[in-house]
Amino acid sequence: MNSVTMSRPSLEAWIGGIGFIAPGLPNWPNARQVLRGESSFESTPTVLPVLNVLPPAERRRASRVIKLSLGLGLEAVVHAGADASTLATVFTASGADGHNCHALCEQLASDDRQISPTRFHNSVHNVSAGYWGIATGSMAPCQVVSAFDASFGAGLLDALAQVMCDGRSVLLIAYDSEYPEPLHSQRDTPDCGGVALLLDPQRSANSLASIQVAPSAEMADILTNAGLEALRQKIPAMRALPLLRQLANDQSGAVCLEYLSSMQLKVEIQMC
Amino acid sequence: MSPLQLSAFTLTTCLGRGLDATREALRSERSGLTPCRFETIVLDTWIGEVEGVDTQTLPAALRHYDCRNNRLTLMGLETDGFALRVREAIERHGPTRVGVFLGTSTAGILQTEQAYRRRDPATGALPADFNYRSTQNAFSLAEFTRDYFGLQGMAMAISTACSSSAKVFAAAARQLAVGSIDAAVVGGVDSLCLTTLYGFASLQLTSPQPCRPYDAARNGISIGEAAAFALLERPDVARPGSIQMLGAGESSDAYHMSAPHPQGLGARMAMEAALRSANLTPGDIDYVNLHGTATPANDASEGRAVSALFGDRVRCNSTKGATGHTLGAAGAVEAIVCALALIDGRTPNSPGTQTLDPTIPICYQIRGGEAHLVRALSNSFGFGGSNCSLVLGLVE
Repeated sequence: MNSVTMSRPSLEAWIGGIGFIAPGLPNWPNARQVLRGESSFESTPTVLPVLNVLPPAERRRASRVIKLSLGLGLEAVVHAGADASTLATVFTASGADGHNCHALCEQLASDDRQISPTRFHNSVHNVSAGYWGIATGSMAPCQVVSAFDASFGAGLLDALAQVMCDGRSVLLIAYDSEYPEPLHSQRDTPDCGGVALLLDPQRSANSLASIQVAPSAEMADILTNAGLEALRQKIPAMRALPLLRQLANDQSGAVCLEYLSSMQLKVEIQMC
Repeated sequence: MSPLQLSAFTLTTCLGRGLDATREALRSERSGLTPCRFETIVLDTWIGEVEGVDTQTLPAALRHYDCRNNRLTLMGLETDGFALRVREAIERHGPTRVGVFLGTSTAGILQTEQAYRRRDPATGALPADFNYRSTQNAFSLAEFTRDYFGLQGMAMAISTACSSSAKVFAAAARQLAVGSIDAAVVGGVDSLCLTTLYGFASLQLTSPQPCRPYDAARNGISIGEAAAFALLERPDVARPGSIQMLGAGESSDAYHMSAPHPQGLGARMAMEAALRSANLTPGDIDYVNLHGTATPANDASEGRAVSALFGDRVRCNSTKGATGHTLGAAGAVEAIVCALALIDGRTPNSPGTQTLDPTIPICYQIRGGEAHLVRALSNSFGFGGSNCSLVLGLVE
């Protein structure tokens, strides 16, 4: 075993592009303004992008969660000037398509259990990764992670490890969406929201910042704006907001992101 | 990658509970498949059901995790002394340095399916005893396992359909390589439910007979359930007779949500990446455990890829005729089947397969038999075109 790996280095990479969608915050430039305090936050229903990248048949079948996750990824790729067809991806989400899940459970509880094949293949947790592959043609590895409220942290850990082990760029797409009732009462994610980060192994002309991540026993940072803090708490992917606040304000320094009980993530940002 | 040792491993499938039961079943070339009588399901198909899941109870402090999938998780952890070996690793490394990486496709969705039959007639609400987080959510089995061992380090579920629990080996290997953990509990658990049985039936992918991988007349899968685990660590010394993970390769088909790439391009890329990661060539592999689901499309596609890479020289077969297709648990189940083959010097057989598909020119083994095996490759491919191949080796 390589002796370098026996010391306990943090995970590190360069952030090359950002995608962002949340209630009242339809894209990264808009979210950046709000996180800089240049405009105020108003929570309105999430606006999802139209996906021209999918073939017509898939576009018709594209659900809210597909529009959300692919929209996030594409924004980060364009922001970075990267080529989506070559990128490895890490998708992370607490759940898959909540509306599809509800429809399946409802039908399976009825007298007619002959569910639709499209509903079935859209029920997998990796449905977004599948559509992303079809849309971009990327045959690079796709990872699909879940860790309930800790999903952003779990995805970030695997994406950074891939960047370091494979020496390749990895597109991290963290997203969550709502369940309809009756599941909504059990899991009250209010709306669609997520963040995408293109993580590169080397600094380039497009690099925005370096990122280093290490485990921490500190308390996770919260946001002072009550509306944004509600987003952070209600949508698992928005656990990334303290990190995005740093990036929006071009501010180097450390933040502590919420991950699991007894393990948070200390994230050190150095702006380029 | 640097080799990692499988310090302990176990599996529980319809063949039986644990390594010895599995060995006995493989040696006697038995299948664990039975006609589907599961729950209230009315489908003309065969399944691989694990005995005793219904009567398994969870420790009182973890009762909120109770569902079929977590009962099966617990059965798996408490087989072959696996939990004891994990506790020893926690003693060695500390509770923050042992990670949990578990694969599943449907976790405890059966709990939700059943809860939907008990909705309040007036309000439509789910029954009060239903707990989404600790049963249905994809993370539930990983959180349960983390709590069961009192761990305080990283944990994640990986859910890429039928490649899930192969990809956990790759994810854990990365964290071990960068030094963020010293040991990993990896594995996969999937349990029978209505969604997958009716879902695969809706795609006309379930067979009315026990599945027949790579048979000329194959006509679909038999769904199974399983729990399989391994404890991965950096090797202190390479102990003769022990099993190492040598490589992992991942790829995407970028082709279709529920059909494999017809030429098996993604499958081939995953196998090539696994060999590259192990620093091996196809000639170094002695046995390939195929994904071999027994659908016409999967076996044709995978067969093309295996034939292109290994020709007809390397012994290979699918063990899904014995265990059923255990979906999100298949990667871990079949990695451990490979480990047993390497240790015992014996290839497993392929129950159900009678007449090989003559259009697939690979060295398919219908019968098991003694063989000198040092390195094995295991394939796992999932919906959405998510592929993963693992390479395991015997320390001689």
